[in-house]
Amino acid sequence: MATNSNELHTRTLAELAGGLAAGDFSSRELTEALLARIESHGSSLNAFITVTEEAALAQADDADKQRAAGEVGPLNGLPIVHKDLFCTKGVLTTCGSRMLENFVSPYDSTVVERISSAGAVLLGKTNMDEFAMGSSNETSYFGPVKNPWDTKLSPGGSSGGSAASVAARIVPAATGTDTGGSIRQPAALTGITGIKPTYGRVSRYGMVAFASSLDQAGVLTRSAEDAALLLGVMAGLDPRDSTSVDEPVPDYVGGLSKPVKGLKIGVVKQHFNEGLDEQCGNAVKDALKALEGEGARLIKIDMPNIDLSVPTYYVVAPAECSSNLSRFDGVRFGHRADEPEDLLDLYCRTRGEGFGEEVKRRIMTGTYVLSAGYYDAYYLKAQKVRQLISRDFMNAFEAVDVIAGPTAPTVAFAIGAKTDDPVTMYLNDIYTISANLAGLPGLSIPCGRADGLPVGLQLVGPHFSEETILACAHQYQQITDWHQACPEDFR
Amino acid sequence: MNGQWEVVIGLEIHAQLATNSKIFSSASTAYGSEPNTQACLVDLGYPGVLPVLNEEVVQMAAKFGLAVKATVAPRSVFARKNYFYPDLPKGYQISQYDLPIVEHGELFIRDDAGNEKRIGITRAHLEEDAGKSVHTGYGKASGIDLNRAGTPLLEIVSEPDMRSAKEAVAYMRKIHSIVRYLEISDGNMQEGSFRCDANVSMRPRGQEKLGTRTELKNLNSFRFVEKAINFEIERQIDVIEDGGEVVQETRLYDSDKDETRSMRSKEEANDYRYFPDPDLLPVVIEDEYIQAVRKTLPELPAAKQQRFVDEYALKGADAEILTVNRAVADYFESVAKAASAKAQVAANWVIGDLSSQLNKEGLDIVDSKIDSFALAGLIDRIADNTISGKIAKEVFEAMWAGEGSADEIIESHGLKQITDSGEIESIVDAVIEVNPSQAEEYRGGKDKLLGFFVGLVMKETGGKANPGQVNQILKEKLK
Amino acid sequence: MLPLGLRGLWSGPDLTENPVSLSKEQVQHIAMLARLQLEDGEFDDMIDKLSRIVDFFDQLQAAPTNDVLPMAHPLNMSQRLRADVVTESNERDLIQGNAPSTEDGYYLVPKVIE
Repeated sequence: MATNSNELHTRTLAELAGGLAAGDFSSRELTEALLARIESHGSSLNAFITVTEEAALAQADDADKQRAAGEVGPLNGLPIVHKDLFCTKGVLTTCGSRMLENFVSPYDSTVVERISSAGAVLLGKTNMDEFAMGSSNETSYFGPVKNPWDTKLSPGGSSGGSAASVAARIVPAATGTDTGGSIRQPAALTGITGIKPTYGRVSRYGMVAFASSLDQAGVLTRSAEDAALLLGVMAGLDPRDSTSVDEPVPDYVGGLSKPVKGLKIGVVKQHFNEGLDEQCGNAVKDALKALEGEGARLIKIDMPNIDLSVPTYYVVAPAECSSNLSRFDGVRFGHRADEPEDLLDLYCRTRGEGFGEEVKRRIMTGTYVLSAGYYDAYYLKAQKVRQLISRDFMNAFEAVDVIAGPTAPTVAFAIGAKTDDPVTMYLNDIYTISANLAGLPGLSIPCGRADGLPVGLQLVGPHFSEETILACAHQYQQITDWHQACPEDFR
Repeated sequence: MNGQWEVVIGLEIHAQLATNSKIFSSASTAYGSEPNTQACLVDLGYPGVLPVLNEEVVQMAAKFGLAVKATVAPRSVFARKNYFYPDLPKGYQISQYDLPIVEHGELFIRDDAGNEKRIGITRAHLEEDAGKSVHTGYGKASGIDLNRAGTPLLEIVSEPDMRSAKEAVAYMRKIHSIVRYLEISDGNMQEGSFRCDANVSMRPRGQEKLGTRTELKNLNSFRFVEKAINFEIERQIDVIEDGGEVVQETRLYDSDKDETRSMRSKEEANDYRYFPDPDLLPVVIEDEYIQAVRKTLPELPAAKQQRFVDEYALKGADAEILTVNRAVADYFESVAKAASAKAQVAANWVIGDLSSQLNKEGLDIVDSKIDSFALAGLIDRIADNTISGKIAKEVFEAMWAGEGSADEIIESHGLKQITDSGEIESIVDAVIEVNPSQAEEYRGGKDKLLGFFVGLVMKETGGKANPGQVNQILKEKLK
Repeated sequence: MLPLGLRGLWSGPDLTENPVSLSKEQVQHIAMLARLQLEDGEFDDMIDKLSRIVDFFDQLQAAPTNDVLPMAHPLNMSQRLRADVVTESNERDLIQGNAPSTEDGYYLVPKVIE
């Protein structure tokens, strides 16, 4: 491939790795090109909260030196951006909140540390729904992110800045987090690939918690191949996270070549009900046919409790969030109200001012469902229904290898369209949430268009089946080119 | 106490576990450092950090459970107790709620009548300690020091089985003794490593139903436990007899004023919203683990006490005193084994002269200026009649002052007992000779005068004559 | 001064009745437990939206959960243990760079009255 810094942004992570290895360009050249791209195309999307220009150039120079010395990590010299809730030492880490507007993390999250030590160059931190609570990126204190396919539209959320910057070919890859669909849904709405691995696969240490039993870090990329490359670096046991799993990390890239022939794909009856936009449904059905054409077997399955996923989630996640966010009290870090009258005033005003509307609503919801007299009726009940939903999956995986279906019920919607009714907004997560409840790996890949906008196909597998769903996605991307489509203004 | 009323007491004891690092972080637990220098990101509840459980605290809790014949739970769960307070960095305390690590234990104390009494231990659970606030020196502000935040605690909850302040103290002393035997807590009450809350209620004697209880906080010495409970008993009786009702509340004991007073603020809106901590997984303890821990258990106070009675023929009360503290018991046992005298003699020395000397100087037995072998050496000289018991006290003092071993001091001070009967006989003869009238009276039946003669002989010999021999010879000569 | 929504809440209303929608008193009580000050307009909106959310949860009640154990974690694992070793050193100065108010190494808060 000829080296022209004007087109470096069009390349995938894997292609850039090849170029760096071949000496076609340096990490410095690549970094400068992408920083220029952030400058020229980033602001119209509001995708970034922080751009770490100086540090990026220094890291790029280091990467080039390491390469010259023959010490090449798996991500040597490759650009990355992190969702702004991964603590990054010496860098602003805001979580999209006024509460942490000026918070400089004194430490690196495990994800940041692993990606950095693999040689990647950090270009910046991406915009997101406040504390990852939202499905449209409208709850960010730093303003909404815009969808590169149409800037009047939302890119989805909460990893909206990561999704938009990858979809707009500003960066080839970004980290994200997914508590109820926050990687997969924006990936679907912006036409890119996003994977949320098995709960416990990637360390949560240093990832500011929303709902601890549901949160999982993952990646947003342009291809399943890039996702495999990046995930392989992030995954693995971390002694600092009690919930991270001591399970060997397979060679995800090496596993991509596995054909789909013979793969048993479950198609859930409840996924194709009236809530699903018809055109979206058609795109997903076409994708399923394409996989069938490659030798996969489609098997209809019934998951009787899956419709309860959304209310279950919106009890459990806010309950955990209400407790997780209690640490933001204006004492040790973060926003603090001016001249508090007394301790109570310090707490109430600090938190009232520091948190946005959606975060406050979820803290209130969570406080309510855990409070005396309601714990059994809501929290405990939801944890039991969660068990039922999880059993539905376990039963399904007796019969099938993966479950495929739509990622989101619609394509990207207009900014401001759904903010009035929280419940309508919550229903965006209807297809993604169940994987979080059960801790399963899920990914979304672009699989067609509806109204000219990208539609996502979701693949969910059993625990620790990342290899299988990545291979299936990769094989699909070998026979289709949806993942190569680029929004017109960002070519 | 007023005979009409019966007090019912249950204790919640917080024992700080003697680990190097905190329960959920790798910061030091050392006491007394500069503020916030031992509070790491996990202790401070920084965004993104996570707890990882210290293996030592699990083992310590298991040891305690086995020591009080409790069930060590095969599966226990950490829960979050949610409330806002400046010394609680995360806005929740990680504790255990419905599935604690230890349940259904017991121990035995002596009740006020001296009879053995069983006290049930409802549960013992692991939790993290909070930080400390300082209220002076910062104007209208309080200063928060989070060094103590995250220090491991074992909260030991008794059944409401105690019926007097004395019983409560006896129970608390037993627990104190056990945790120190197990070496799971230093039990240092000044530093707050061992503290107690007491639940106190009154009911008419004979009534089954419990009265309304108050919770007394901040009882950080055995004396305060007793005083606070006794104050509270009187207070509650006064309230009831004046026609009032006891209010269920938390009360703080003020040791300066010797009174308890209401802590209303703690009562307000205490809906703790406990739920399982999603950052921590269930603690699973296998049978093999418990068996392995059991093998590491030292002999415990109750068993040791019984053994001292059986093996050394000690008086029960002495065996109990000697076994409260493991170091004292070890010291005694070492003396008893090294000395050729009866073990009871060693016990008398340890409980008597040695303890009072240690108390006088505020020393622990491990810092005793006379080691167990040296004391055994002294006891041996009494046993072989080299010195009398009375002289031995003089030798003991010289040993404490660092003048050397018993033998060296006996030699240098010339304290060796006179056992040459010829020598004693000549002194006896001389004494009788100069006191003829008393000798006459003695012979006439006034037996008491023997002591008079013994005293004179001992005086003549500077106390060195063997008292038994003196007695015997006097009796013969005065026949 | 606390805004209207948070005054006089310490005594906490009785929350035992079955909720159809949330009352103002309930929402005030929850806001106090959560230490959240809500401005007047914000407060009314919260009552409305929270009520809708809670009503949405009611469909859970019909789920057949007799003999079903609550699921607190997605994976059936047990807690891993850490060796009892001190590895943290004093980073107070770095860490307190984020603190709004400190003196002599202490974090300062409005006086805690006990």
